[in-house]
Amino acid sequence: MKTTTFSKTRIVSLAVLAVIFVALALLPTITEGYWLTRISDYMRYAILAVAWVIFSGPTGYMSLATAAFYGLGFYIAAIANGPVPFVAVIIIAGIASFVVALGIGALTLRLRGVYFTMFTFAVVLLINNVVLEVERLVTGTRGRFVETETQAVAYYAMFAVAIITLVSAYMIRRSRHGLALQSIGEYEEAAAHSGINVVRTKVIIFATSSVFMAMAGAIIATRRTYIDPGIAFNMTTSFLPVLMAMFGGMGNLFGPVIGAVVFTELGDQLLTKFPDLYMLIFGLVLILAITFMPNGILGLGQQVWRKMRGGRRAPA
Amino acid sequence: MVVVRDIIITGLLLGGIFALVSVGFSLQYGVGRVLNVSHGEFIMLGSFITFWLLGSANINPLVSMLVSGVFVFAIGWFLYATLFRRLMDTSPSIEAFEGKSMLAAFGLLYVVQNLARIIWGSQTQNVIFLNRTVTAAQIPLNRLVALGVVIVISALFYLFLARTRMGKAIRAAGQDPTTAGLMGVNIHGVLAICFGLGLGMAGVAGSLISTVYAISTSMGLQYTVIAMIVVVLGGLGSVTGAMIGGLVLGVVSQLVTYFQPTMTFIAYYAIFIVLLLVRPKGIMGK
Repeated sequence: MKTTTFSKTRIVSLAVLAVIFVALALLPTITEGYWLTRISDYMRYAILAVAWVIFSGPTGYMSLATAAFYGLGFYIAAIANGPVPFVAVIIIAGIASFVVALGIGALTLRLRGVYFTMFTFAVVLLINNVVLEVERLVTGTRGRFVETETQAVAYYAMFAVAIITLVSAYMIRRSRHGLALQSIGEYEEAAAHSGINVVRTKVIIFATSSVFMAMAGAIIATRRTYIDPGIAFNMTTSFLPVLMAMFGGMGNLFGPVIGAVVFTELGDQLLTKFPDLYMLIFGLVLILAITFMPNGILGLGQQVWRKMRGGRRAPA
Repeated sequence: MVVVRDIIITGLLLGGIFALVSVGFSLQYGVGRVLNVSHGEFIMLGSFITFWLLGSANINPLVSMLVSGVFVFAIGWFLYATLFRRLMDTSPSIEAFEGKSMLAAFGLLYVVQNLARIIWGSQTQNVIFLNRTVTAAQIPLNRLVALGVVIVISALFYLFLARTRMGKAIRAAGQDPTTAGLMGVNIHGVLAICFGLGLGMAGVAGSLISTVYAISTSMGLQYTVIAMIVVVLGGLGSVTGAMIGGLVLGVVSQLVTYFQPTMTFIAYYAIFIVLLLVRPKGIMGK
């Protein structure tokens, strides 16, 4: 028998989502400063992690190009914000990133996994170098100043992009393309033989996922006054979403969000407590987490849950 | 003509070092399935061991090269035996292992780089060694020595892979680890040695690099990218390919440096892109 659409758990989860939505929407009216920045940070990494999962989750192609698109957003905000309205800047960043990602995808997505990973790893350094060269030869500067936005404006922009990202991720997952992507991840030749245009599907979804990364970058850039290639195209930005998604779990969209919140918080705590040793400790935590939590946060949660329920039900 | 000759000669000398860097990287992925994004950090470590031993105990870089090689080999062996082995045991599939091991390597990148920064600081350093030229061709002696070392190590490594029992086990494990395991190869032992050898070569390469170039604790990443490009150039998992790829990239790098030094990295990338388009399997790829 078909399960009803409005089962009890579904109503509960919808209600929880609605409460979170209202709370986040009203947050700037009740608080400012620290908490807004913090929540907006969670949302930023949630966007990156979810956007990463849109493409890399089902296909298993590990993209390390997140920093490239994110940094592109930074630079577009630095160049255009001010003369161009903020909303338009965010949209332009998305479009520009889509085009760049189409190019990268068309170049590399005919290839198999590890070549793609290496290419995306190096593309971040390439763009970093190209921007440095352009700044040195053409504009004669290093870095740029950014026209800032108020905290509340940046917060609402981030909130809006986060919702768009989640809704898009959900819809792509349920669409024909999502199914096609899933089957590519499982067995690429079989997918091709059953009539899927493998390369086109991969390239389009890869480009779509990059849109949200660039948007997040464009928004966060307006909260800084100055950016340079080293800040915009930082390698760490490419690895964090992978970490967050793998630890949160990629089975559903809550996983990457949870992963993003946990690791953003962890990074924040380490940074304030050990400013000098931050990177060292973060690296150690990363290694330990991978070693001792092979199934990620959800896996750990399930283990605890099973223990708590004890012998009432045999584990699946 | 003298310029062309010099570019080719210095390019080949540099290419030898690139080749050594890349053979290790290729071994780690080709056999061990670890895309080691921290490879360059161990090159940096090798450089600083040489720098440190020369400064504190006046030990000749040709000797300290062995120290870095053995020390970094031990680190690699230990890392595989503890960290990567555990990851492999807990991963449901080889794809999952590749993802996790890459993240773990990224964590290592942070750890090694920051430890080195705490110990040696972040300023640029120089190792002064054989800093004179061979008069006839005006070639720096330290580069010639570096190339000589690379040739010796590569030849030994080739013989090791081709002629010894362990080499055979490594090749078998590279082709099909499960079957190799069934045939009585101690698969985890072999992979640990592979990973150690790969890193050990990075350590030796680092020592050689320190005799030729200025070094700093943040130099690792650039060598990791060079290793990746060379490996794509030569074909993933092919040792001969990595050698040829390294030499080609060395010459190209010198050529670009002659005209516009700041464009070197962009030129590497141009080669990378063209190669992926024209021959994604690399020069020696199957």
